[in-house]
Amino acid sequence: MSANALSQHYAEQVRQIQDGLPPELPEWLAGRRRGAAQRFAAAGFPDPRQEEWKYTNVRPIATKPFATAEAVVAVSPETIAGLAFEGLDAYRMVFVDGRFRPELSDLEGLPEGVVVRSLSDMLGGEADRLEPLLGTLSHDRFSSFAAANMAFMSDGAVIMLGKGVRVERPLHLLLVGSAGSPAAWHHPRVLVQAAEESEVTIVEHYADLDGASGFTNTVTELRAEAGAQVRHYLVQDHADSAYHIGSVFVQQRRDSRVTSHNVNLGGRLVRHDLNIDLTEPGAEIELNGLFLVGGRQHVDTHTRVHHSSPNTTSREQYRGIGQGHGRGVFKGRVLVERGAQKTDAQQHSANLLLSPNAEIDTKPELEIYADDVKCAHGATVGQLDETSLYYLRSRGIGTEAARGMLVFAFADEVLERMELAPVRTSIERRLAARLPQAGVMEVFT
Amino acid sequence: MLKINDLHARVENGTPILKGIDLEVKPGEVHAIMGPNGSGKSTLCQVLGGRDGYEVTSGTAEYLGEDLFALEPEERARAGLLLGFQYPVEIPGVKNIYLLKEAYNAQRKHRGEPEADTFQFLKLVREKLQMMQMDESFLHRAVNAGFSGGEKKRNEILQMLVLEPKLALLDETDSGLDIDALKIVSDGVNKLRSADRAIVLVTHYQRLLSYIEPDFVHVLSDGRIIKSGDKTLAEELERSGYLGIIEEAA
Ligand SMILES: Nc1ncnc2c1ncn2[C@@H]1O[C@H](COP(=O)(O)OP(=O)(O)OP(=O)(O)O)[C@@H](O)[C@H]1O
Ligand SMILES: [Mg+2]
Repeated sequence: MSANALSQHYAEQVRQIQDGLPPELPEWLAGRRRGAAQRFAAAGFPDPRQEEWKYTNVRPIATKPFATAEAVVAVSPETIAGLAFEGLDAYRMVFVDGRFRPELSDLEGLPEGVVVRSLSDMLGGEADRLEPLLGTLSHDRFSSFAAANMAFMSDGAVIMLGKGVRVERPLHLLLVGSAGSPAAWHHPRVLVQAAEESEVTIVEHYADLDGASGFTNTVTELRAEAGAQVRHYLVQDHADSAYHIGSVFVQQRRDSRVTSHNVNLGGRLVRHDLNIDLTEPGAEIELNGLFLVGGRQHVDTHTRVHHSSPNTTSREQYRGIGQGHGRGVFKGRVLVERGAQKTDAQQHSANLLLSPNAEIDTKPELEIYADDVKCAHGATVGQLDETSLYYLRSRGIGTEAARGMLVFAFADEVLERMELAPVRTSIERRLAARLPQAGVMEVFT
Repeated sequence: MLKINDLHARVENGTPILKGIDLEVKPGEVHAIMGPNGSGKSTLCQVLGGRDGYEVTSGTAEYLGEDLFALEPEERARAGLLLGFQYPVEIPGVKNIYLLKEAYNAQRKHRGEPEADTFQFLKLVREKLQMMQMDESFLHRAVNAGFSGGEKKRNEILQMLVLEPKLALLDETDSGLDIDALKIVSDGVNKLRSADRAIVLVTHYQRLLSYIEPDFVHVLSDGRIIKSGDKTLAEELERSGYLGIIEEAA
């Protein structure tokens, strides 16, 4: 029996799924959702005794009675504009409390050969097109939250690119939580299908209206077919009182290239699992990550890169900054299978502790069964470099400003890999505002 | 301008390195400090710069009438004392231009002047870059990161030209420079020379001193200045090495 077995409240919600799914739901989907509900009920919430959840106790979630969001909250276009990245020219899908809001979205002018629609919309008329996509990459081996998402799935985004289709403007998915009462949990799902030689940039962006303290439990399934190029931004900028669990599943075929930028700024309790499958030769992934934890925030990221085919490449760089009583975790697993010769896997995790009460745990995990591979990893947790600090001060720069410059520089080395300048600039500003030396850092932004 | 009196210093809780230094530098003067490896030249510079990890056990240093050791490193810099490092520090992620601008404005603020706007500042920096024959791309690279040895030294002088210190302490700024770069760096330093500024050069080579003529040359050995003279002392050292002078002083 799990220490985090479902409370009555959640057991009741599971029962409603098992008995009360709408009859018009296609058989395959009803089956998958009931199955997931059953698995979630059996597993309960993840338990810190499980290796994968050793550093993150989700009791604060398990013991809160998050409700299902029912009411449609009024949100003005100005509010949305305020949350969006300034200057980002993008197609935009807005979700509030997990539900698509067409009146706040803008998908005008999408090129031929691209489908961008809400999940609920697709399920209304063309559900069967989703059968091969929905829930076929995701699984709940590492996290029962992924099963909960499947069971309680509310809405989401479906993005399908035809062969050779390039979408020039990025696609901004803005998922906003409201301060609705009682606090609710939402289960959005993002499905991306990038056919051969297609190309797209997707910005999956979580933010909150003032005072939000809900729980977002999200799943992303991304398939990159041969030669496809996908840039995936995952920006978590929730209110500090909000909860967020996200599971990302990526499957890549021959010569596909995926870039992932995962930035975590907000949230009270946050966990991400990124599962990458490099299934054919030439597949390449770049994983860039940055998290900042302060106050009583807890942010945990697990990445698992699975090299199951020869000649696959992964480049991973995660950085964490801890201040206040912040708690950060990064665990990066790289699995190279026996047949995956010529794998090139590099992983680096660097972490900065700015306060004696902050804590960051980082753990690389390499499992290599092939012999002709190039694999490297490194992990550090440290303080600001005293020599650099002295050098800056010896030029007349005040101690606080010098510290600010160094912290910012540390973070910016990850952010500078972003191709979308407005996203980067906006994150830099948000980051600067969260650092104690914020006042001295206008110079950068 | 700078008056050092019987200065003793050691590595924190370690062995003594400076064992009674006396040195007076007046406005307009150029002093050269020479001496064998490990004699304490860089330690003297770092103690004057205010680096952590060194402990002044006795003696005083007065800078512009103030107790130098009572000032934080940044206060010393803002008061016009600037240290050119023997080993300039690489700072990944901090662009050269940010360092220059922050440092420049910190100094202006200290003097009660308004901060320079970006346009004015860039104009000034470009001028100085040209003097150092450095490409503008250096401004947008991280401070000293991946710079060649010579480029780092040029970058130190670039900072000097922008910040215009009253007292420049240059620790082996000439080491590792090719012949052309040595000329460029020397020209840069000479531009700083004026009746109200002073320069202290730490060097191993007479060659630098033929470009930047010193008023005084001091020999530092085992933590003490064992001999001082004019520029002919450097020539003598070049001919006969330190051994004779060290024995003579013993
Ligand atoms: N932080 C330190 N810890 C231990 N020893 C130190 C430290 N700093 C300096 N020393 C020692 O003090 C002595 C003087 O060093 P310093 O760097 O001042 O010499 P220097 O005259 O500048 O030599 P060089 O000509 O090689 O640059 C050396 O023996 C050095 O090893
Ligand atoms: Mg030295």
